Amino acid sequence: MGAATRDAFGEAIVRVGDDERVVVLTGDLRDSTRTEKFAEKFPERFIDVGIAERNMLGIASGLALSGKIPWAASFACFVAGRFETLRVSIAYQEANVRIVGTHSGIGVGEDGYSQMALEDIAGLRALPNVSIVNPCDSVETERAVEYLVDHVGPVFLRLTRQKVDDVNPEGYRFEFGKAPQMREGTDVGIFGTGATVQEAMKAADSLAEDGVSARVINVHTLKPFDEEAVLRAAADCRALVTVEDHSAIGGLGSTVAEVLAVGDGRAPLLILGTRTFGESGSAEELYEKHGISGPRVAESTRQFLEKLS
Amino acid sequence: MDAKTPPTADVLSRLTEIARELRIMDIEMISEAGSGHPGGTLSAADMVAALFFHKLRLRPEEPDWPERDRFVLSKGHCIPIVYAAMAKLGFFDPGLLKTLRKLGSPLQGHPDRTRLPGIEASTGSLGQGLSVAIGMALAGKLDRASWRVYCMLGDGEVQAGQAWEAAMFAPRHGLDNLCAILDHNQVQQTRKVAEILDIGPIVDKWRAFNWNVLDIDGHDMRQIVDALDEAESASGTPTLIVSRTVKGKGVSWMELEPEWHGKAPDPEQTRRALEELRGER
Repeated sequence: MGAATRDAFGEAIVRVGDDERVVVLTGDLRDSTRTEKFAEKFPERFIDVGIAERNMLGIASGLALSGKIPWAASFACFVAGRFETLRVSIAYQEANVRIVGTHSGIGVGEDGYSQMALEDIAGLRALPNVSIVNPCDSVETERAVEYLVDHVGPVFLRLTRQKVDDVNPEGYRFEFGKAPQMREGTDVGIFGTGATVQEAMKAADSLAEDGVSARVINVHTLKPFDEEAVLRAAADCRALVTVEDHSAIGGLGSTVAEVLAVGDGRAPLLILGTRTFGESGSAEELYEKHGISGPRVAESTRQFLEKLS
Repeated sequence: MDAKTPPTADVLSRLTEIARELRIMDIEMISEAGSGHPGGTLSAADMVAALFFHKLRLRPEEPDWPERDRFVLSKGHCIPIVYAAMAKLGFFDPGLLKTLRKLGSPLQGHPDRTRLPGIEASTGSLGQGLSVAIGMALAGKLDRASWRVYCMLGDGEVQAGQAWEAAMFAPRHGLDNLCAILDHNQVQQTRKVAEILDIGPIVDKWRAFNWNVLDIDGHDMRQIVDALDEAESASGTPTLIVSRTVKGKGVSWMELEPEWHGKAPDPEQTRRALEELRGER
């Protein structure tokens, strides 16, 4: 098992901190968001606003409008939940802010629902100008952070509290807006994003034992979305499956459904994600219970394919 | 602290005259648009005149001049009075004022920085502007810049929680390059502020938050100019100017009437309002 993507962010943000435009903000969560090292190395460019995330987002906007590259970090639910500030002070005025949301999804575990972002992608996806990056492992997170320094426009960077497998090789190149294929397959195309990419890989391993050939696609950029990856998979595979640590409504699954419904692609689609509020438990237990663990994805995919045949 | 030269009577009467012209342009603009918020624009007119024609260092021909002072209108619905000032200064062709709130116009109903050069922040969702202004002031401090940040808030607006998050933050970070102005015009959309949710004692509250608070008559040009000068020389903490004003100021039958928060005068009312503002009555 590798590190949590928030850990990788914490390392990468220190490295890009040599750029004097970079400013990091947090709301009393320098430990949880892994911004402590940045705070130690660049105290004059680190701002702890206290437990006041709306103010944090507004301040980040003003910094961006004055030429800084602010990274405003908190739990994903606390930044995405300050939606009205985000939509007017950041998205609408095209403020060049990086909104960093750690503790995304039910992977938060024991703290329970109030600390879990399960609707963040759904909300932010509707905002023009806002890009969404949800990396799946350490190396992808580090490359994404490096890329985002010079990216122009507001970005939501969605990170995990829990550790995730290293699924990408050293030397991996991050291409913003592209959904790389992690594994070739022709029976079914499984789309994962962030922490569920590793679950999609595990499901593909399990399906391979039954002779089912599963393609795995890593959607690290949820917006702008790589529509071609969906159309290619729809052309090559009998069915598509999406799996996300987020509500099954409004996130990755909905995005893929929109591409299929509006475009030329035709393929049956199974959307896996949360259908209820989250709850306390270990991340592993919750992934199992809510149907987004590798074994549960494999099982649901098998049933789906059986129903189709 | 620098001893300030008191503003001459000439300067003050010129600014008062400009404020009167801005009010006229404002009523013409809102009437032409057929919708808008005359009350809160008229209350802010004297302060806006003093800011744009006396205090702010701006280059209308170079709106993104890096050394400019920044002005954030947090009470974004009152932007027409600022559009009037910008047009008069030459930021854009005054002919554009006729397009306020019309499809395709850079003069949006609430300010949009992406459509109109010279607008520093897109606002309108109340309670947010002071945070954005604070971010600008922090950037100014990081860059050791000499430009200053001004932010005008409404009195109903400070009922919003985010405004208090911002109020708590700015003194803690010593942002003496920031001057907030509360246009305390006493009336919000549907009722008097004191009736809906009293914000008083407003001076005590902000002082308790360690702001340098100046309490003035916001229609007395000498007091306005003195307060803006004093804010500039305050050191170590931001200044809040509580500018006590009258909503609808200058058109007697609009004054302190919630009805004139958010509706445009009809042609006959426009004629009477302009007559009064032009002193023809």
